[in-house]
Amino acid sequence: MVKSAYSFATQIEKIEKHIIVVWVDNETGVLARVVGFFSGRGYNIDSLAVAEVDKKKNISRITIATSGTPRVLQQIKLQLGKLVPVHKVADFPSDKKTLMREMALLKVVSSAVKLEKARKVCKKYKYTILDKTKKSFVVEVSALKKEIDELIKKLQPLGLASASRTGVVAMTKGSEVFKQH
Amino acid sequence: MTGAEMVFKALEDQGVRHIFGYPGGAVLPIYDELKNHKKIKHILVRHEQGAGHAAEGYARSSGKPGVILVTSGPGATNTVTALTDAYMDSVPLVCITGQVPTHLIGTDAFQECDTTGITRPCTKHNWLVKDIEKLSSILHKAFEVATSGRPGPVLVDIPKDIQFAKGKYVRPKESKKNSGRADVKFNGKNKDIEAAVELFKKSSKPILYTGGGVINSGPKATQLLRELVSLTGFPITSTLQGLGAFPGYDQQFLGMLGMHGTFEANNAMHDCDLMINIGARFDDRITGKIDEFSPKSKKIHIDIDPSSINKNIAVDLALVGDVKIILEKLILALKKKNPNFINSNKQRIAAWWNQIEKWRKKNSLSFVNSKEIIKPQFAVQRLYELTKAQDVFITTEVGQHQMWAAQHYKFDKPNRWMTSGGLGTMGYGLPAAVGVQVANPGKLVIDIAGEASVLMTMQEMSTAVQYKLPIKIFILNNEYMGMVRQWQEILHDKNYSESYTAALPDFVKLAEAYGCVGIRANKPEELDEKIKHMITVNKPVIFDCVVDKEENCYPMIPSGKPHNQMLLGSKDEEEEEVSEEGKILV
Repeated sequence: MVKSAYSFATQIEKIEKHIIVVWVDNETGVLARVVGFFSGRGYNIDSLAVAEVDKKKNISRITIATSGTPRVLQQIKLQLGKLVPVHKVADFPSDKKTLMREMALLKVVSSAVKLEKARKVCKKYKYTILDKTKKSFVVEVSALKKEIDELIKKLQPLGLASASRTGVVAMTKGSEVFKQH
Repeated sequence: MTGAEMVFKALEDQGVRHIFGYPGGAVLPIYDELKNHKKIKHILVRHEQGAGHAAEGYARSSGKPGVILVTSGPGATNTVTALTDAYMDSVPLVCITGQVPTHLIGTDAFQECDTTGITRPCTKHNWLVKDIEKLSSILHKAFEVATSGRPGPVLVDIPKDIQFAKGKYVRPKESKKNSGRADVKFNGKNKDIEAAVELFKKSSKPILYTGGGVINSGPKATQLLRELVSLTGFPITSTLQGLGAFPGYDQQFLGMLGMHGTFEANNAMHDCDLMINIGARFDDRITGKIDEFSPKSKKIHIDIDPSSINKNIAVDLALVGDVKIILEKLILALKKKNPNFINSNKQRIAAWWNQIEKWRKKNSLSFVNSKEIIKPQFAVQRLYELTKAQDVFITTEVGQHQMWAAQHYKFDKPNRWMTSGGLGTMGYGLPAAVGVQVANPGKLVIDIAGEASVLMTMQEMSTAVQYKLPIKIFILNNEYMGMVRQWQEILHDKNYSESYTAALPDFVKLAEAYGCVGIRANKPEELDEKIKHMITVNKPVIFDCVVDKEENCYPMIPSGKPHNQMLLGSKDEEEEEVSEEGKILV
């Protein structure tokens, strides 16, 4: 450990995982601004999901799964709030009050026996078979991130050929909403 | 109205009088329009970086945003250093860049670059204008973003076809009454103000630590700061950028703090029980070793930027908002609660002042003067003594000379001290002086420079001559990159790797080549007379002040050390070895 005048405190702070949701103007370069801010200051993006949510007001919702010390997380929120196209920043606690989901499309290519095994593995999760041939199937799964991690691990020996994931999205439970302004 | 006309209309409506720029292919339509707008004067620089620093000097000395106009590609990339500098030091700039026509964007066209992509991390915001109908509102928004909240640079990239295109001009929503700064009100609670006053009352070892935010908040903030200091009797220290907010010669002023700050300021910061940070940001050159930074104090932080709070140092009470509004509220609350504060407080902080006076007796800015050779500190002191009667504007480059200027030149007004603090840009001072002189005609403008720094942007002397800007370039010439040499001496076993410039130009002849006046001083006894000569010349001057090559800048907090372990001079330096860990940090 370097004991220095110009490094941060030597005591190691705990790393927390958070979901940061940002409402932004859907304009050119806005994603680059948000993502560039993270890389420029050395912060982490574990996953990122973004799409327009209000066509009329031209607003996109960006959901960022991130991890950092409490001080870093505080900086992320305050610095994001300073960006001109950002309307609102919300920190979703990853506790029981928040709903979190990630969607994955998984393609399994294998023998008939293994395909059947793979299908059984999927049964544990909420799934839909979207495409099926004699040699393969594509399944859609919507679940928690760790559940998808788990499923992918199980499908790998059974011929998982391709995986596509959306990254986590989140919503608060109950009637409470984060108001945009 | 064409896009090019709109640019000038918007500049006029925003009250712009001067722009700093350099033409090129992708901005020609805008330059073509210049002749129709007599209210706006264009200053032709010699390099786009110079335009950027000149605009910074203009902004910092006038309180108004600086405006830059450059072409696409290299024109834009050359401004990046200045934009980053302005971003670090919170200087309002509006940079207008030309861009290749929209249909050529993305084709690697001649002089094309991703200007908005390159400048995204060094501006508060930037825009690529693809629709003529949006141009005027974007330009107005650009001024608003640059000047509101914590000020900073913005950039508007205008493709050439948009400059030719016709559209409808929209006026700014409301004309700004003040000098272009939009206020951010204090959104905190009154009980926070009262909590601050309570902390004031309880403290027996208080210190005010003030920064550039006070100056950015405007002249009113400076007045209020002075009122607060006299009302409380508290000692006050300042960051590099805050110099001038409070008179440098006042008894309550402890001098600058930080890496090359005074012994009394740094020790007071370390030992205080209440630190009141007004418009400063706990920069690493101020705090030294974070773990041991002012361990026993309660900390109040006043800042307009919420992300400055708890960024480097955790504080006990944060007041987010414009300095002048918060100071006004604090003073009001203080007077209301305790009209006789200064008298009741005098006794409580008397022992603290005694301690401070003991530290002050160390006379940490002292140096061993010489009769043979000009000591750089002596040169700055003489310059101060011989110019202090006038309203002087000082800019600097970066390095030892900058610190000596900060230590020995005493400012008593805001907006008189322009230096690159955050980014530490060598080559800042000369073009900045050009901008300062443009904003302040008839005033004495001096760039206290080093010979290495000043060569980086020396070409702007030509600009100074063209516009008859009688700036004075006062070079403390030690033939070394002095601060690099100093670090190599202390931390790298005197291995002076590449820090000596073996083939320097003859600065007197260089001055003459540019069409200005060159003066050289070699001996201490000729210094006064030559400085006086420099001041009286109504032309740009390059003053080659040949100083001691091996003088080091003290006091100094060495790497890896807290505030209360300063090096005071070469004696200390020999006694104390810098640790291996300390060497890693610059």
